[in-house]
Amino acid sequence: MLNYGWIIPAIPAVSFLLILFFGKRMPKKGAEIGIVALSASFILACVAVYQWIDRVESATGGHASGLRALGRGVFGAEGAGHGEAVVTPVIHHFTWWQNGGIEFGVGIRMDGLAVMMLFVVTLISLLVHIYSTAYLENDIRYTHYFAMLSLFTAAMLTLVVADNTLQLLLGWEGVGLCSFALIGHWWEEGANSRAALKAFLTTRTGDIGLMIGIIILFFAVGSFDIGRSNLYALTPNADHGMLLAASACLFIGIIGKSGQFPLHTWLPDAMAGPTPVSALIHAATMVVAGVYLGARLYPVFFNGFSIGHGGVNFMVLIGGITIIIGALLAFVQDDIKKVLAYSTISQLGYMVMALGSGAWVAAVFHLFTHAFFKALLFLGAGSVSHSGSHHSFDMKKDMGGLRKYMPITFWTFMIGTLALAGIFPFAGFWSKDEILVTAGRSGYDIFLVVGLVGAFLTAAYMTRCVYLTFFGEYRGHGHPEESPRVITGPLIVLSVFSIGAGVLAWSAWPFHLEKFKEWVEPRVSFPVVVHPGFDYSKAAISLAVATLGIGIAAFFWFKREEIGALKGLTQRNKVAHAGYTFLVNKYYLDALYENVIIASIKGGIANAAYWVNQHVIDGVVNGAGRGAKIAGKFTYEKLDQRGVDGVVNGVAEITGESGGLLRYLQSGRVQRYALLLFGAVGLLSLFLLLANS
Amino acid sequence: MALNNFLILSAFLFCTGIYGVLARKNAVLVLMSIELMLNAVNINLVAYSAFHKAVAGQVFALFLITIAAAEVGIGLAIVLLIYRNSHTVDLDDADQLKG
Amino acid sequence: MVAQNVAFWILAIAMAGAAIGVVRSQNVVHAALYLVVVLAGAAAQFILLAAEFVAWVQVLIYIGAIVILFLFGIMLTRAPMRPEGSMDNSQRLAAAVVSLFLFGVITALFVDAYGGKEIKLSDDLVLIGRSSNIASSIFRDYLVPFEVVSMLLLAALVGAVVIARRD
Repeated sequence: MLNYGWIIPAIPAVSFLLILFFGKRMPKKGAEIGIVALSASFILACVAVYQWIDRVESATGGHASGLRALGRGVFGAEGAGHGEAVVTPVIHHFTWWQNGGIEFGVGIRMDGLAVMMLFVVTLISLLVHIYSTAYLENDIRYTHYFAMLSLFTAAMLTLVVADNTLQLLLGWEGVGLCSFALIGHWWEEGANSRAALKAFLTTRTGDIGLMIGIIILFFAVGSFDIGRSNLYALTPNADHGMLLAASACLFIGIIGKSGQFPLHTWLPDAMAGPTPVSALIHAATMVVAGVYLGARLYPVFFNGFSIGHGGVNFMVLIGGITIIIGALLAFVQDDIKKVLAYSTISQLGYMVMALGSGAWVAAVFHLFTHAFFKALLFLGAGSVSHSGSHHSFDMKKDMGGLRKYMPITFWTFMIGTLALAGIFPFAGFWSKDEILVTAGRSGYDIFLVVGLVGAFLTAAYMTRCVYLTFFGEYRGHGHPEESPRVITGPLIVLSVFSIGAGVLAWSAWPFHLEKFKEWVEPRVSFPVVVHPGFDYSKAAISLAVATLGIGIAAFFWFKREEIGALKGLTQRNKVAHAGYTFLVNKYYLDALYENVIIASIKGGIANAAYWVNQHVIDGVVNGAGRGAKIAGKFTYEKLDQRGVDGVVNGVAEITGESGGLLRYLQSGRVQRYALLLFGAVGLLSLFLLLANS
Repeated sequence: MALNNFLILSAFLFCTGIYGVLARKNAVLVLMSIELMLNAVNINLVAYSAFHKAVAGQVFALFLITIAAAEVGIGLAIVLLIYRNSHTVDLDDADQLKG
Repeated sequence: MVAQNVAFWILAIAMAGAAIGVVRSQNVVHAALYLVVVLAGAAAQFILLAAEFVAWVQVLIYIGAIVILFLFGIMLTRAPMRPEGSMDNSQRLAAAVVSLFLFGVITALFVDAYGGKEIKLSDDLVLIGRSSNIASSIFRDYLVPFEVVSMLLLAALVGAVVIARRD
């Protein structure tokens, strides 16, 4: 399957077409086609994973990971960075068109990163398909929904296996389109279609940077191929200015797609779509496309932003800011999905910060684990709304005390929360911890602090969310009960992964496994990065911080009724109220974007453009028209009527006049003719005489 | 005798004849002027014949006399016809070919 | 040679005067008579040049027949003896100019070409001009032109009759 990796995206694409054409007629309205297709893709993705692991293991000669984990510090080995055998990605390329040195083609580049993403995307997509059969039962656009899910999966997989930036861009745009379609699934509500548009346009703003970045990279490298781009970026005399420009522009694309500050505003609004969509697209797969891009083209970013030198760079700064603002906003949301959305923003900030501080493996591993527990949390929220709060997501109004009624949902949600908060031994602990440690060791100390603060906040807001949803008394109007098995099944599967995924990177005592790094980190075309070993002290600090967060929040919320001083604090205290209002209004960023930037463009620039159009451009056009008219009139009157016609008429007149004059020669009088005759004879003879004398 | 004498005399007669052809109104007078011209030519020819001691000039002059006679006959017949049709032999009136 | 020269000059002046009379006379009959003088002078010149046959043919045909024809023409066309206006038309001046111009050109030509050439009178010159010599020349060397001219005369005769007859 490594050699035929293109089949994996092709199956959902075919399924999209089949559902579109035949879905309505099928007994399950097209859902069965989607589920079968995704199952096939998932199985093939597993095969690909197995084949890749086999490839790595056979190249490096078995397990020696235990020795490697000991006494690891910063080192700078040459070549592939590990001193063992090089494992090259499997690349197959098909040239579609080439001309003048530019070559367009499609292809697959299967390496550890790609097969990992394949696994994640197909698994979560499959689980979402199964979940949606119950969640969207009797929906008015059921078939269309499954068609778009298939198309989305196909686009995402195309992006994942892409071996050149153009194909990646194709997948990128495809997932953007499907995101738009799926967020606006219930477009009859104006708010939903506005949210869909906002999502699309905001990511589009980032896509400008992406496209410019791809072009700059093309001019620097001479090709769209990812492998060659990475190779170029690692050569010592690569053009650093162009790399910086390319990485800055590409990073703008990442900001848009992965919801970094300042283009994060679309993600919370995107919660207007169905919850399975939020789980698949806005938690696990699409939003991580940006992080995936950063991981794929990492040498470009590494050398463009000079990540290896520590300090501050653009990437790590944006990531750090995003962590904090996302986490803060999650505190003031009443909508459970919005809490999770801001949490996603914050976790994406972790991934970007990790990439920006040289922690490639940590970022990618966090991507891997985050996909599982965030999807779990979203699907859990969906389960709550489906069966618990009568299709509402408002925690304060319609939820509360649901752990009694929905135990499976409650326990899976708790597992997801603990994983997110980074509690040992859940998956999130290993991934988040690795980020913090690598950031500290690479010279990005301040961001280590930021990460710790973020961990504290994450634990706190999630505790709030859990409390409001599952504890206390039921405040809703419906009859809460556990969700059907079709919904709880995926929850259980995901919770298993949330617990177990950490095993892959369990580098502490007693296992010292670093399987994830071994399998996923590229061995070719990869810069020298720091690989700190497991740092017990840092791990202890982060665990303590997370526990502290849970504890304080739990204390605050559980005991709120009893401690009257804390109750209604944000309403009474002016400072607290101001802070609360600031957060509730999302830092007034939306107001800034819409009322200031957009309105000024609409008002000022658009009006100015209109004025230019009417007066300058139209003026030029009209002027040209008038000029042409004048020229035409001049040409007609002066040149044509008087000039040309004058010449023509003049010729006729001359002919007439000369005829009239010559007419006098024809007097009819013979003697006149004779006179002329003899006169001519005389002249001719004179000439002859003179000529011959 | 100088040859030129005869030649210039004949030239004089010829040009006088031209004047008469161009300037006279009456058709008969025009014909008379034509006869002048022919005679001038005759004198020319005979002078050359005497100069070169060749008889051809004189033979040519004889033929010319004959032709002149024929021409006068036809010319006068035509003038008569014109006179009969338009009752005038004024050449100024014979401008039917006027353009 | 002196006698011939004198004779020539007398004849030349007479002919010139008569020629001018032909073209300038206001009386048609006078013009015809002046023409007779010119023709006679021409005949005398022929004799001076020892071309006796041509001279007598000139007298016979020209003066004897053609002038009579002219007189008949004058009579039949009722040409006015003394006209009200002039006998000349409006382009006299141009005609004079042209004829003088031509005279000048021709004279210049002759002077240029034959200046100083003389006609030598001798016995064989006289023999050339004899009738028998001319006759033998015509009937030997120029027989065809002679026949053609006969045809021409016939045609002219018939033509004149056809043109001028009343029908």
